Amino acid sequence: MGLADIGIKFVLIVIIFAISLVVAMYSTYAERKIAAFFQDRIGPNRAGPFGILQPLADGAKMFLKEEIIPTNASGFLFIAGPSIAILTACIGSAVIPWGQKLTIGTHVVDLQVTDINVGILYIFGVVSLGVYGVMIGGWASNNKYSLLGAIRAASQNISYEISMGLSIIALLMMTGTLSLREIAEQQHGFWSHGWFTWNVFKQPLGFLIFIVCAFAETNRTPFDLPECETELVGGYHTEYSSMKLGFYLFAEYINMFVSGAVMATLYFGGYNFPFMHHLGLSENWVTILGMLALFAKIFFFIFFFMWVRWTVPRFRYDQLMDLGWKTLIPLAIANIIITGLVITFLNR
Amino acid sequence: MSTFYFIAFLSIFFSILVISAKNPVHSILYLILTFFTFTIHYILMNAQFLAIVNFIVYMGAILVLFLYTLMLINLNKESEPRKSNLVKFAGVIGGGCFLVTIVASLKALGVSHPVVLQDPNLGLVKNLGKILFNEYLLPFEVSSILLLSAMVGAVLLATKDPKIA
Repeated sequence: MGLADIGIKFVLIVIIFAISLVVAMYSTYAERKIAAFFQDRIGPNRAGPFGILQPLADGAKMFLKEEIIPTNASGFLFIAGPSIAILTACIGSAVIPWGQKLTIGTHVVDLQVTDINVGILYIFGVVSLGVYGVMIGGWASNNKYSLLGAIRAASQNISYEISMGLSIIALLMMTGTLSLREIAEQQHGFWSHGWFTWNVFKQPLGFLIFIVCAFAETNRTPFDLPECETELVGGYHTEYSSMKLGFYLFAEYINMFVSGAVMATLYFGGYNFPFMHHLGLSENWVTILGMLALFAKIFFFIFFFMWVRWTVPRFRYDQLMDLGWKTLIPLAIANIIITGLVITFLNR
Repeated sequence: MSTFYFIAFLSIFFSILVISAKNPVHSILYLILTFFTFTIHYILMNAQFLAIVNFIVYMGAILVLFLYTLMLINLNKESEPRKSNLVKFAGVIGGGCFLVTIVASLKALGVSHPVVLQDPNLGLVKNLGKILFNEYLLPFEVSSILLLSAMVGAVLLATKDPKIA
């Protein structure tokens, strides 16, 4: 690997990092606008035209608020909590293929930071690490409500990780690889051999289980029990103020972006779009259009997250556990068996 | 090689902190860091699958449950049991004897030959899966039954009245 390649990778990492932060920033704006739309209000409209500068104003407000560390909180861990939350949210995007290869002059740029051959498992590792931010922050606050929020987050994440893993196994049985790049390549185009190439049409049940688990893992309504304000004041971030609170809230939006990207790559064809090689365009244009297609899919998923948030009420905790253990896990196991039978007898 | 020594130093350093930390929650957090250094060891040995499984299962699941339990029972410095001086004295003597035994037995041992792997890509998912499901199919399946029976047993123990369950 030459110096130029390292430089290109570095630029790519910085661009992806910047994009995920900007998307997360404007997700907060979108969330408020969409909430306003669902509740027949106008939403933020003071900062700039259509309130477009609202995220910047929010950010400035977060930084300028008073920084409070409670007397009985354990100091280092209190700061480590939100830092871990935002760190784990940001590193998930490293294995996602954002597009095909781009040719600039003599250099061929691979639009993926790294194509490790355990890509999906890496995503799982990062997701399972994400709960530590909430747990450590909740415990370090030395507050009963925070602790309850942290404990809820832990048991919720563990429960839904199992069904998420099981739903992925059925997908892996069909694709035969753990690399996200290869999975995206297998869904090339839209239609071949008399069936859709996108995995959502081959694994509809698996996708349903996966998206429910994605809601639970990102702590979004209807599964946002760790910060359930009707019971727990503010949940795990009751004691947080200023930018430390901002990090927790921001990490949730980055998680939404990354999980949208993962769902688009695994089930909705990633950067592939219909007729991509019948338009008569050059490779570079196809790559750029593919990137735009991927982002369109991601934005759809982010919209879907918000749509559900402002439509479906929050679950009760026992309902959440029942859904995870008694519904999703048996369904996921049945999905694996059906997939195995189909692969064995229909040989597809 | 220097990476190995650095990571090995970190593993030992964090595992000493695990047993010397006063607060049980801090111990668990150091244990998480220790397991993280183990993951790096696996990656250095090109055992990617083992590395990521160690990451997900140990760091991501088992230690979350450890932390969960500790937070629920809320142990802290004040509730830690105080040992009498006699017990501490006995502990020091016992530990010293153990150290002497280990050093003596290490001196008696010859230096082993380093094992050279035939196939450096053995740790990749595909190769590992092929070996597990061809050569070692029976032990693999038997261990899965063992885990299943342990799970059923745990559920049985957790339900107080078998009639309610």
